[in-house]
Amino acid sequence: MTEPGTAATAPILSLRNINKSFAAVHVLHDVDFDIYAGQVTALVGDNGAGKSTLVKCIAGIHGMDSGEYVFEGKSVSVSTPRDANALGIEVVYQDLALCDNLDVVHNMFLGREEQRGIVLDETGMEQRAKETLEGLSVRTLKSVRQQVSSLSGGQRQTVAIARSVLWNSKVVILDEPTAALGVAQTAQVLKLVRRLADKGLGVVLISHNMNDVMAVADSIACLFLGRTAAQISTSSVNQSQVVELITSGRSGDIGLPAAQVLEADPEAVA
Amino acid sequence: MSAPAPVRESSSPELNTSDSIKSSMSDYVAKVRGGDVGSLPAVLGLIVLVVLFSVLEGEIFLSAFNFANLLNQGAAVTVIAMGLVFVLLLGEIDLSAGFTAGTCAAVLAVTLTTWGWAWPLAIGAAMATGIVIGLILGLLVANLGIPSFVVTLAAFLSLQGVMLLIIGEGGTIAIRDDVLLAVMNKNMPIWAGWLLTIVIVVSYGLLGLRRANSRRKAGLSSESMAVLGAKVALMLVLLSAATYILSQERQRATAPIVIQGVPWVVLVILILLVVLTFVLTKTGFGRHVYAVGGNTEAARRAGIKVQGVKVTCFIVCSSMAAIAGLMLASRDNSVSPTTGGAQTLLFAVGAAVIGGTSLFGGRGQVKDAIVGGLVVAVIANGLPLVTQKSGIQFIVTGLVLLVAASVDAISRKRAAATGR
Repeated sequence: MTEPGTAATAPILSLRNINKSFAAVHVLHDVDFDIYAGQVTALVGDNGAGKSTLVKCIAGIHGMDSGEYVFEGKSVSVSTPRDANALGIEVVYQDLALCDNLDVVHNMFLGREEQRGIVLDETGMEQRAKETLEGLSVRTLKSVRQQVSSLSGGQRQTVAIARSVLWNSKVVILDEPTAALGVAQTAQVLKLVRRLADKGLGVVLISHNMNDVMAVADSIACLFLGRTAAQISTSSVNQSQVVELITSGRSGDIGLPAAQVLEADPEAVA
Repeated sequence: MSAPAPVRESSSPELNTSDSIKSSMSDYVAKVRGGDVGSLPAVLGLIVLVVLFSVLEGEIFLSAFNFANLLNQGAAVTVIAMGLVFVLLLGEIDLSAGFTAGTCAAVLAVTLTTWGWAWPLAIGAAMATGIVIGLILGLLVANLGIPSFVVTLAAFLSLQGVMLLIIGEGGTIAIRDDVLLAVMNKNMPIWAGWLLTIVIVVSYGLLGLRRANSRRKAGLSSESMAVLGAKVALMLVLLSAATYILSQERQRATAPIVIQGVPWVVLVILILLVVLTFVLTKTGFGRHVYAVGGNTEAARRAGIKVQGVKVTCFIVCSSMAAIAGLMLASRDNSVSPTTGGAQTLLFAVGAAVIGGTSLFGGRGQVKDAIVGGLVVAVIANGLPLVTQKSGIQFIVTGLVLLVAASVDAISRKRAAATGR
């Protein structure tokens, strides 16, 4: 859709100076985050760095205390999950939220079934589900009429991701999609993640697995104790630099200034 | 995969037919092995029971009179069970359905006999009572979050009291309205019974054809004609046999009046079956019921109004109980404080579970309740012929329910083990 060169200049979703507190706990400090169409943006950070909170702010589950939410160049206000869905933002949570007792088609259309009059349009939904899965080159599913309970972890992840792109979505956020998967299934899901970006979607990949991140992401945003340590292109850093950013907030010239690291974590010895 | 394909294409149509039947059979076997047994145990159990009672007490058990009697006995329990399926699908339970039936019957009796209302009005009042009871139960469970077990146990006790108050202490109210009495005591003309059979089989076949056609047009895999044909043929044989037996003269030879034909209540149950199955399998609401039962959190996140779905299911359950109440009143020609009491509810829960509805939610169909209802009716009808000891009858009925619940639990475990 967009050339890599121009994509870098115009993010599809841009967050500026986001602050969020839960009572006395200041979770996000002036966080900046950019998502580009046609790119995979990895969101990394240690446990408690604020990744989930940031994602929930994007998805409209939590309101932001302050900051700017710019979607496709326009400043918008997102206060409910419905607002985010209306913009074309979908989140695939770690627990997938699939119904085991329903088949693949039913799960993909769950809550947004297509109907003819009062009757469900089963053939129409099955066709669209098939088209979407074919569009993502998914060949691991034997039949779209299989019950989800009979699927493997990777296949379930595939169904959950396919569901998120069914609705002409523009941004898809994946929360640890490979956390519970084996080697082969992880490779499959990562390929699928790459394909989403190649179709022009803005993809956010939250992961603790640095191999996955380095393999599939175009850029990496690193959170450190609720602050943006850096958002950098993957090609400009190596794995150990990213790990250093995650654990100490800075690595050589990139990352937070030493003073801010100290302010965020007084025990850190620079 | 690639090698045998050309051979298959050139093979004769007969071979394709037997192939498609074979493949759909093997699909079914795989499904059952994976723990998705559906109503198979109930069907097998039904066959075993019928054979058993035929061997032991064949002369009475197999008589045409007894067959009609059996349908009559099982009707109310089956209808309550059909409603219970909705609540069980959510993973909830309604212990008060039996007395909901009793209360609605009491409302019917008082409005009809004591106040002299016309029968449509009286039925309307009874149905409205059922809907209100369901609404209250549903709101308490869905909005207040009280476990359905407790809510409906409380209703089980209080509805008994409500019934007593409506009927008046120690009273029995007779039902004399011809239309209401006809439901459980009169039969369709013989020609109407056969017409019904033909209509059912033909419409089943046509609906199957239409579905297969529209799927083929859309380029999707469709059920093979051979499998559909086999199903229609089986249905034709079973229904014709039942209609034939019911069309026999059931009265003793010396009696002056004629009793023959399909009981009207069969038609009522068939209509309920079609309507409820349509709601559960073809509408968005039905899909949401399964979703809530399978994974409530997923349903909530998908934007399904979980509370609304729950309340509606309780209303459906209590409304069906109200219809069962009308049947009980019609069968007994009267309403007394025991109407809908005793084992009515336990038999209904048993019928739904024996038929293959899971107590854990998310799995079950309305037609399961009918198969299960038949099993319960056969036991209740056949056992007294074999033994007069009611102690044994209770124990056997209890054991059958236990076996059904075990099948449910085992198939669930198996499903988890095979990843189904």
